[in-house]
Amino acid sequence: MGGLQKKKYERGSVTNYITRNKARKKLRLSLPDFRRLCILKGIYPHEPKHKKKVNKGSTAPRTFYLIKDIRFLLHEPIVGKFRDYKVFVRKLKKAYGKTEWSAVERLRENKPTYKLDHIIKERYPSFIDALRDIDDALCMCFLFSTFARTGKCHVQTIQLCRRLTVEWMNYVVAARALRKVFISIKGIYYQAEVMGQLITWLVPYQFSHDHPTDVDYRVMATFTELYTTLLGFINFRLYHSLNLYWLPCTLLDIKEEEAQLDQFPVEGAREREQKEQEAQKKLFDGLKFFLNREVPRESLAFVIRCFGGEVSWDKSVCIGSTYEVTEETITHHIVDRPNASTQYINRYYIQPQWVYDCINAKIVLPVEDYFLGVTLPPHLSPFVEEKEGDYMPPEKVKIMALQRGEKPEEEDEDEDEEEEEDDNDDEEEDEEEDEEESEEKNLKKMEKQRSQGKSLQVKVTPGKMKVENPERLEQEEKAEEKRLAIMMMKKKEKYLYDKIMFGKKRKIREANKLTAKRKAHDDAEKANKKKTRK
Amino acid sequence: MEESSGNMRSSEPTAAMKKVREKTAKKRSKEEEEEEEEQIFNFKDKPAGKEEEDEDLSDSEESVFSGLEDSGSDSEEDEKESDDNDDEDDDDVTAVESKQPKQTEEEEEKEEVVGGVTEREEEEKKEDEYEHDSSDEEDIRNTVGNIPMEWYKDFPHIGYNLDGKKIFKPIRNKDELDDFLDKMENPDYWRTVHDKQTGSDIVLSDEQVELVNRLQKGQFGDVNFNEYQPSVEFFSSDVMIHPVTNRPADKRSFIPSLIEKEKVSKLVHAIKMGWIKPRRVEDDTRGRFYDLWAGEDSSILGRHKMHLPAPKIPLPGHQESYNPPPEYLFTEEELALWEQQDASDRKLPFVPVKFSSLRQVPAFSRFIHERFERCLDLYLCPRQRKMRVNVNPEDLIPKLPKPKDLQPFPTTQSLVYRGHSGLVRSISVSPSGQWLASGSDDGSVRFWEVCSSRCMKTVQVGGAVKSVAWNPNPSVCLLAVALESVVLILSPSLADRQVVQSSERLLSGQPEADTSDAAGPVIWSDTEGEELNQGIRLKIQHPKAVHQVAWHAKGDYLASVMPDHSSHLQVLIHQLSRRRSQNPFRKNKGLVQCVSFHPVRPYFFVATQRSVRIYNLVKQEMTKKLQANSKWISSMAVHPGGDHVICGSYDCRLSWFDLDLSTKPYKMLRHHKKAVRGAAYHRSYPLFASASDDGSVIVCHGTVYNDLMQNPLIVPVKVLRGHVITHDLGVLDVTFHPTQPWVFSSGADATIRLFT
Repeated sequence: MGGLQKKKYERGSVTNYITRNKARKKLRLSLPDFRRLCILKGIYPHEPKHKKKVNKGSTAPRTFYLIKDIRFLLHEPIVGKFRDYKVFVRKLKKAYGKTEWSAVERLRENKPTYKLDHIIKERYPSFIDALRDIDDALCMCFLFSTFARTGKCHVQTIQLCRRLTVEWMNYVVAARALRKVFISIKGIYYQAEVMGQLITWLVPYQFSHDHPTDVDYRVMATFTELYTTLLGFINFRLYHSLNLYWLPCTLLDIKEEEAQLDQFPVEGAREREQKEQEAQKKLFDGLKFFLNREVPRESLAFVIRCFGGEVSWDKSVCIGSTYEVTEETITHHIVDRPNASTQYINRYYIQPQWVYDCINAKIVLPVEDYFLGVTLPPHLSPFVEEKEGDYMPPEKVKIMALQRGEKPEEEDEDEDEEEEEDDNDDEEEDEEEDEEESEEKNLKKMEKQRSQGKSLQVKVTPGKMKVENPERLEQEEKAEEKRLAIMMMKKKEKYLYDKIMFGKKRKIREANKLTAKRKAHDDAEKANKKKTRK
Repeated sequence: MEESSGNMRSSEPTAAMKKVREKTAKKRSKEEEEEEEEQIFNFKDKPAGKEEEDEDLSDSEESVFSGLEDSGSDSEEDEKESDDNDDEDDDDVTAVESKQPKQTEEEEEKEEVVGGVTEREEEEKKEDEYEHDSSDEEDIRNTVGNIPMEWYKDFPHIGYNLDGKKIFKPIRNKDELDDFLDKMENPDYWRTVHDKQTGSDIVLSDEQVELVNRLQKGQFGDVNFNEYQPSVEFFSSDVMIHPVTNRPADKRSFIPSLIEKEKVSKLVHAIKMGWIKPRRVEDDTRGRFYDLWAGEDSSILGRHKMHLPAPKIPLPGHQESYNPPPEYLFTEEELALWEQQDASDRKLPFVPVKFSSLRQVPAFSRFIHERFERCLDLYLCPRQRKMRVNVNPEDLIPKLPKPKDLQPFPTTQSLVYRGHSGLVRSISVSPSGQWLASGSDDGSVRFWEVCSSRCMKTVQVGGAVKSVAWNPNPSVCLLAVALESVVLILSPSLADRQVVQSSERLLSGQPEADTSDAAGPVIWSDTEGEELNQGIRLKIQHPKAVHQVAWHAKGDYLASVMPDHSSHLQVLIHQLSRRRSQNPFRKNKGLVQCVSFHPVRPYFFVATQRSVRIYNLVKQEMTKKLQANSKWISSMAVHPGGDHVICGSYDCRLSWFDLDLSTKPYKMLRHHKKAVRGAAYHRSYPLFASASDDGSVIVCHGTVYNDLMQNPLIVPVKVLRGHVITHDLGVLDVTFHPTQPWVFSSGADATIRLFT
């Protein structure tokens, strides 16, 4: 045949991938360093389409990276810094071993450091890109800022995280960018809209952490290193966009000369949306809050200020309180206790959930449900957007009605009546069905008797007009048509169709289950109520 | 010691002496305690009083001997040796520093302690000063040196004096008793000390006792010594007019130091080579931010196109709320299920909990875990673009013509033919469409009038009927019945006389002479008696059980199937007019399921287990082999045009073959849920039907176009149900009315149903 024999696994998709170990060797880095590099540069493994081919015939589980990615890493200046650091550590060890303290000191002073600015710029070529990816950064920084100084990470990191998160919150307050808040069992979710990007972050509750042992804090620290840099730059840019002075770690310093934006006419839905948003931004304008000492101060202060409310707290809790409890103009006093000892007449005493629910509903909700000692209405997630056919909790329906401006009615009696009516309807339907069934049975019986040639009980009964429902017939016809058409589907399509329908059905089933559960619960409640009334 | 310090006081600081003095000052600390004591004893020792002067003299002499004066400028090593390794080091520096103050101390000390000594002695000492050196560490009365005196225990002497003469031990024969007596009687016993070096007892004076006490208390020996007197700072930050020392500057302070030069040049070289870097300026640019995206230009291409941004964390639902609606809380079963499930199978990674107020919400214990897992996901998970099929399921349903537009087809069950007591295996309609014949497992063949569902005739054949087939020739009225190993030809006489006569004529054809070789074991026989009365005219005895009979369109030929794995005798073709049978195949090509004649052309279809073979009867060769792609063919029907075949199979499929296209099925119809038992084409309407064990008959519209370019259009139009499933068997056979769009089906529930 002539020609060289073609070797296996030298062409095709093999050439696009490289295993992790090979990549490591190519970069001449240790595994932890390689890990750090991947984290910082945002390199992740790829799953080849044909794993066995890429793995040179072996089926052993391996991690593959794109060879292009690895080549891209080769030119990274930080790799050099990593090596420098390795040398530094070696020298330092040696100096320690020889107890040459002056050398140790000298080495310490020349400890190699690196900056991540260029990496940020490279990973996020435009500011919007960076904003899009800030969710994780915020979550991580908020987490690290709550760490105690227990040696899980450097104190400077904790302080930096704290500083950056405070800066971020200040920006959100100044820009009135907050949209949604959700108190979950994990922590508090916030969602803000910055430059058109929805940014969601989760803040843990202010408790000391129970540090798990099976978590690699080095990995987390590397991520935090990247995220703090990213967040710092973003904060800087955001502050400048608002004409705020960016003074690291100072409290708000607003220059109140927001440029008047040119108003462009916007139409229809957009306009309404914008108006709604404007209204939401001024939700708490003119309200004065006072926080009791047991409520989460930082979260509430942040949230209230985001929507234009004034807030203060007891002087002994934290610095920054602006007015006292005794202030006459306070409109809402937020308390998280079964009862308050001294009550002022001209203010509402409410539970903290009211604030969050108001924000999510975008209106100031009636305070009655949130008084002290009252069983709170459920706190719903503002992130769930129900599509048609999804289950919607009744509380949400109520809130939506409130949003539309409808007044809540006297519920209990109405509900009862409705239910009764429903029951009646059901019964009627049942009856109809029963009749039909019985008719059919009779017919069958007669048929049987006739065919078997037995003597019939000759009896002439006046025949009933069988009412044919044309609509129903049409529907049935259509349904049959569909059924028949489904039979003619190709195998592949049918599989897909079945899957989709299965999913739909499951959804419906789940929704039904929730409805049933709710109904059972409500019934139980009602029964309880009646009992107590009696 | 005192002597030496005394010496020092008035000494003129010669170079040599100075050095020595330094040393002594340095050593002073420890020796003092031991030696001082001794020396004081010495002074106070009255018997030895005379010696003292000698000793002092000899002291100087000794120091001459030891050569200390010469070695004054020498290194300290010599000194140490000469000191008999008395004591070890202090730092030179400290020694120098402490030199001056000590001198003063010593002066006073000396004055005090030596107070008891006579003036004369002092005078003498003054004279001696220059000859003496200051080394007084040794006891000069005995020259043995500082050795353990036990070594002399066994000798009569205890050492040698300066002249080399033995010093004898004082004669003492004190035994224990003497000692005791002494203790009891001598008031000075407590202050008597035994001097090992001289072997004599010394009684301490009051001053000496006091001195000992003071030393034991850790106080200075001198009562008048003020330890807190202000120290004079000789070396201080203040610049003084006069130098502390008068010493002229060294020569080396005027000439450049070579060593330093070498050091400097080394450093310079290291700096030049870049080995030593200047001390890094503390830069805090790490935490300093600026407008990174100031020069934002789109020219920077981000990543290559393979880059995928990480998906965001899904947003929380109502379940995660601290105060969720009650329907989202787990019931007990759900909770148990959740606990049983593996962490990866769980729908929710947490259990929804309800808290009545915000202050009761605890910290989430897996918070750090979740963040960490997110981190791992970000850098360890391969990312893949998953195309989510976002298709409307309605679009997937093929657009077919409406069944309404494809009428006529049977839609409703109109008649039920009851009478059989066993399952009805086979039915057949007469070519006129007036009569229906059915064969059942109860051993009877029944003839029904189609329109009235009346059973016209029942023929007991005496065995389970496997198959019935009406002769398709309208000019004769004959029915072939297969049961066990016999094929019966029935003439039901349900027609005009003319037709009956013509069929009689056909049956009366004479058998050919040779029935020997080709047909082999087949025996044709006429019937008589009872059977004849019933209408059974002919009996064709086969060697094996017959499963199916099929007529040729002309009505003269009849094919019967005897499925058998092992032999080539599975199909027989009988000619009725000549009463002749023949086996068309010489080879066994598989288990034959059913056979059929081509409606117009001389082709013969044989369905084996997995394929359909088409034979040209004229050329006597196989023309085509159709692959059914199914496990086991059950039935087969040929389109009246002859170009299409449908095959039902036990694996629920119905395959449509277009003989012009390929040997593979043109369409596989998986309409039935269970095995397909029968299939039939309508003779004139574009309809076909399939019967299955799931109790349903599915009628499909199947238009066949004359245009070769257009494929047949197959549309299912109706699912007919009516038969009751008995013993897992549903509908066993299906056949169409020859002229009307009606379909008959026979089932295992012993009924035959007509759908119109």
